[in-house]
Amino acid sequence: MEFLPNILFVIALILGIGFFTRNVKKLSRNIKLGKDVDVSDNKPQRWRNMVRIALGQTKMVVRPVAGLMHIFVYVGFIIINIEVLEIILDGILGTHRLFAPLGTLYDVLIASFEILALLVIVGVVVFWIRRNIIKLQRFIKPEMKGWPKTDGNLILYIEFVLMLLFLTMNAADYQLQQMGAAHYTEAGAFPISQFIVPVLDGLPMSTLILIERTAWWLHILGILAFLNYLYYSKHLHILLAFPNTYYGKVRPQGQFNNLESVTNEVKLMMDPSADPYAAPPADAPEPEKFGASDVMDLNWVQLLNAYTCTECGRCTSECPANQTGKKLSPRKIMMDTRDRLEEVGKIMDANKGEFVDDGKQLLNDYITPEELWACTTCNACVQACPVSIDPLSIIVEMRRYLVMEQSAAPMELNNMMSNIENNGAPWPYNQMDRLNWVNE
Amino acid sequence: MSEQLKVKTMQEFMAEGKQPEILFWVGSAGSYDDRAKKITRAFVKLLNKANVDFAVLGTEESSTGDVAKRAGNEFLFQMQAMMNIELLNGYEIKRIVTCDPHSFNTLKNEYPGLGGKYDVLHHTQYLKELIDKGRLTIEGEVYKGKRITFHDPCYLGRANSEYEAPREMLSKTNAELVEMKRHKKTALCCGAGGAQMFKEPEKGDMDINVLRTQDALETQPNIIATGCPYCNTMMTDGIKAHEKEDSVTVLDVAELLANSLNL
Ligand code: SF4
Ligand code: SF4
Repeated sequence: MEFLPNILFVIALILGIGFFTRNVKKLSRNIKLGKDVDVSDNKPQRWRNMVRIALGQTKMVVRPVAGLMHIFVYVGFIIINIEVLEIILDGILGTHRLFAPLGTLYDVLIASFEILALLVIVGVVVFWIRRNIIKLQRFIKPEMKGWPKTDGNLILYIEFVLMLLFLTMNAADYQLQQMGAAHYTEAGAFPISQFIVPVLDGLPMSTLILIERTAWWLHILGILAFLNYLYYSKHLHILLAFPNTYYGKVRPQGQFNNLESVTNEVKLMMDPSADPYAAPPADAPEPEKFGASDVMDLNWVQLLNAYTCTECGRCTSECPANQTGKKLSPRKIMMDTRDRLEEVGKIMDANKGEFVDDGKQLLNDYITPEELWACTTCNACVQACPVSIDPLSIIVEMRRYLVMEQSAAPMELNNMMSNIENNGAPWPYNQMDRLNWVNE
Repeated sequence: MSEQLKVKTMQEFMAEGKQPEILFWVGSAGSYDDRAKKITRAFVKLLNKANVDFAVLGTEESSTGDVAKRAGNEFLFQMQAMMNIELLNGYEIKRIVTCDPHSFNTLKNEYPGLGGKYDVLHHTQYLKELIDKGRLTIEGEVYKGKRITFHDPCYLGRANSEYEAPREMLSKTNAELVEMKRHKKTALCCGAGGAQMFKEPEKGDMDINVLRTQDALETQPNIIATGCPYCNTMMTDGIKAHEKEDSVTVLDVAELLANSLNL
């Protein structure tokens, strides 16, 4: 029976990591449903972006309050992982405070974890107040009803509880150390949890051990559960922000890609020696669909973008269309893309990995043409996004589908386009009048 | 107002067996839109003043296709682009200057992938070059004591990170430059981009240009400066919506410089 806790711990660990791995595989399969895109260019710039934006949080601090609180939570999260490593090793080996022989360094480490834990609590509380009491504009948009709202708050509750458990565990431990309990060697410094100690005063040693063990177990099980919760949450960004900022746009923001399939056709059309009536060779691949009507038509970076979106709404609050009451919200574009991709993934899971048409698609069932046509392509959303997401690229791909596959542009735009075709200008003027301004 | 402008076409340069220093890409708005034509003329006056040997394509110029691309018509865009590239490459054009940030962006960033590689400048960048090289001097007394606020065009600013050239040019007029709350990277769009210029806006509470003009009016300006013909139209309409057309004018940076020189 002596090894029971160790065995239980190892089982929990294997289950936790096993489920997580399964989720990661699903995630990677779904992202790979996207089309290939060449992102092998500009490597130094890409690394710089990742270090600056994801690691350095440069875009977060554009909004100072949110930025600072986010840095607390973020640094706290990273540093506490060292503590988690100790917990895991203790759990497997049945030791207690395995790193204690580090001496003073260990004291410093534990003390800084405690301070960070407190800062995380402060950050989480401020975030909660902003979401639920102040109700910042961007957190109460229509797309934030239901799960996205619950998700946002759940994360805060979980983090709060995890930190509280951590401090409780330390407080009980500290008390036990003072009492000279077996197994609880004196180690660590407890600048924050010492304030919880008085609450535990007078409790018998067995109760204290129970408290310490319970907090310890809940803390680590909580972390494992949280790891698995990520996949279902906007919190996935804590992992994906890194690849996402690496693969983010490195060209000037105004530069849209030139569709290669179109280039080939246009070249053919403009080549006087080509026979316009020639039948395509029998082995020709099926003509490519222009633009995107569903998630599989997007490229994998766009799908990675969708999974990375933190639903912070910074894009939407900068969007001129959204600010003037139009239906377009770049955040909703990203959330819709993710939801649809998840749906496609589920259909594949249910059909042995094959996608079976469910009669739905991203266009119309999730994103309406009205939203798409409201975009001014101003790039404010791209600029604002703290994790280098490009909602505009998805909007443009879907417009391309509407125009080139469905000829479904608004009438005025059709007029504009036929003017360009006929007169080389978006207005119905004669090309011969192009130089009239000289003599006016 | 027709003081004679010196304008030569590429064909004329060819006939003389010469190459111009730059090609001035006038753009569709600059060629046909009554308000934008004034910007075109102002810029040409500055070029004439600086003795720049420039050419236009004239009746050979066609839409860059930019607006078709933003609307999603990649076909039309590439057809236009390839036609233009054939023409430009035929004339061995090296440098292009334009007053339209949309043409600027597409010529600079999207044409190279289709075989059209040029050194492309926005007119504020080129004017800065002329002034830096001492070819053009602005003695600015006309706007002294006036408050000017500059509206960053999305396709010059955020899209291509050029925020300084237009501001530096405006400072030449000796006017007082005042910044809107959101400017440079955080500037609000005028509402014309992405082909919105050519259609009615979607349903909402307000038009974007009215909101943007509000930003500008908060700085108590005498003049709203623009660097894009579409922004110019949008801000002018915005001023009308706020009934401020008697006290505030909308002028392109090129017009402000030309006026400073009494051209
Ligand atoms: S690019 Fe489109 S979606 Fe993005 S902020 Fe501008 S108008 Fe909104
Ligand atoms: S796209 Fe970026 S800015 Fe917009 S909600 Fe998602 S993470 Fe935030």
